[in-house]
Amino acid sequence: MEGIKNLVNALSAPIPYTIIMAGGFGLLMWKLRTLTQPRVLWALAALIAVGFVAGAQDPDFLKIISKGDNMPIVIMIFAILGTLGWGLRQASVNDMRMEKGLPPREAEESNKKVLVWPDLVYAEFICTVLLSAIFIAWSIAVEAPLEEPASGTRAPNPAKAPWYFLGLQEMLVYFDPWLAGVVFPGLIVVGLMVIPYIDINPRGNGYYTFKERPFAIGMFLFGFLVLWVALVILGTFLRGPNWNFFGPFEYWDPHKIEPLVNVNLSEIIWVQWFNTRMPDQALLREAPGILLILGYFMIMPALLAVTVLKKFFNEMGFARYSILVMLLLCMAALPIKMVLRWTINLKYVVAIPEWFFNI
Amino acid sequence: MGLKQKIAETQVWRSIFRHGYPSTPRNRALAALSNVFLHLHPVKARKSGIRLSFTWCMGGITFFLFLLETLTGVLLMFYYRPTIEYAYNDIIALREHVPLGIMRELHRWGAHMMVLAVWLHMLRVFLTGSYKPPREFNWNIGVILLLLTLLLSFTGYLLPWDQLAIWAITVGSNMARAHPFIGHEGPGASLLAVGDVNLVTPATDIRFGLLAGRFVGAATLLRFYVLHCVALPLAAGLLMAVHFWRVRKDGGISGPM
Repeated sequence: MEGIKNLVNALSAPIPYTIIMAGGFGLLMWKLRTLTQPRVLWALAALIAVGFVAGAQDPDFLKIISKGDNMPIVIMIFAILGTLGWGLRQASVNDMRMEKGLPPREAEESNKKVLVWPDLVYAEFICTVLLSAIFIAWSIAVEAPLEEPASGTRAPNPAKAPWYFLGLQEMLVYFDPWLAGVVFPGLIVVGLMVIPYIDINPRGNGYYTFKERPFAIGMFLFGFLVLWVALVILGTFLRGPNWNFFGPFEYWDPHKIEPLVNVNLSEIIWVQWFNTRMPDQALLREAPGILLILGYFMIMPALLAVTVLKKFFNEMGFARYSILVMLLLCMAALPIKMVLRWTINLKYVVAIPEWFFNI
Repeated sequence: MGLKQKIAETQVWRSIFRHGYPSTPRNRALAALSNVFLHLHPVKARKSGIRLSFTWCMGGITFFLFLLETLTGVLLMFYYRPTIEYAYNDIIALREHVPLGIMRELHRWGAHMMVLAVWLHMLRVFLTGSYKPPREFNWNIGVILLLLTLLLSFTGYLLPWDQLAIWAITVGSNMARAHPFIGHEGPGASLLAVGDVNLVTPATDIRFGLLAGRFVGAATLLRFYVLHCVALPLAAGLLMAVHFWRVRKDGGISGPM
């Protein structure tokens, strides 16, 4: 028993956790049709449920998942598995139909119009009654949490943002607040808004499909599942005092010490490579990092335009392509920084704390 | 003549509903058409579009939860005063003195689930490609509604005035300190200066504007309360009207062309 717990604890540390999530996502994209079969989805749901029930025998794990405000995250895991599985299953079925030359399943009924009264209004009414019953039962069963009265001087440890912002708080491990808390959330909103204008693929409009738009769905799901939902789960269940990592079966010890061994790129280059003193002038000191960032955002788009994304560049035109590739590069910045942190303990690529300008 | 028919022909019935009992196609069409609420729907909809497997009902659930939050929120406002002297005690009183009181529970669980329902609604709209022409603009309205939902939840988080509330808002709003140019710990903040006088300070920056102070305090509580109960619901209600209207105008729930 202890052995299994230790294994789960070890596997849920940020590095294996992220690799498992990203690997799982890759597997889903690769084996979509097999993995979205109903029996596979049910088995997965049952496995997670068994995991939660068995895990709840452990007092430390029970303490985290039974916290009132953490219930929505448990529900979220099953809700996403169910709805996304359902949607992608229909996408697979439609793809197989279209391979045979048939229209998507929705097309069989999309020209059939039904009266909204009663066909839709009654369904809405039944849904309202059911939901009311569910929420009333939930509210009778579980009391809304209320902690000690507010105190501006006694900060709880850990102090966490509301659960839906925990992905952003997790990003703070890798980026400074101006990026993790302002620029990246801003880009998420802008990115969502430009989707309809940069996705010029006319197919897959109004029905489930994966094969007709694998790039759009792949990118959206990577952002949503791996860079958002997975980080919310990590931030909720696996981050304890001082935002240190704690396995699901680990006691949240506020005195756990994590060694701080991270170094800046400028230090690696000047001190470790050239074996010299760091220049005093900030811009000169950080020149390697600044050039690296400029190269990333100025050379990569051109490079991608003539290689991997050539087709997109030709079809989309300059303006749409530029917006797409900039957003993709920003999105990729998080996993890139994560890997650099784990492999070479990189703290900042550009570190100019004098100007609060750290990347 | 049946009882239903008789009732449907009384003067009272006819003064309210301008059509007969909705048992004929004509009267069913009129039921949707002549009702201010139901006419957010078209008279007819695609059979494929109203299937649960297609929509997951997530847009509908979001709207249901908005109504639930409005209803329970209004009831909670009767018992709650947004000052640091009373706020926490009012929540305690609500818990201890109201028999079978579940309004706060309904409000809280509903709020959590509304955030989730909005995400899943967006996921469904994305997977079915329903943001594609002619629905690009409505997708954008939806993104703003997502932001309003998060802001509604965020402002509501502070109101119980317990440790969770004040520190979650402190952590969340600390990010604003680092806003480029207009946060006092953000890159470029020192550029905005007149001579030697820095314009962006802890008492003038964007976080100060958000919190109405340097810290989460009495003014923040009042500000978040007004945003939570008045400004944001009005904005969300207005945009929801636009959102639903555009669904209709852009051809109803999407389907293959």
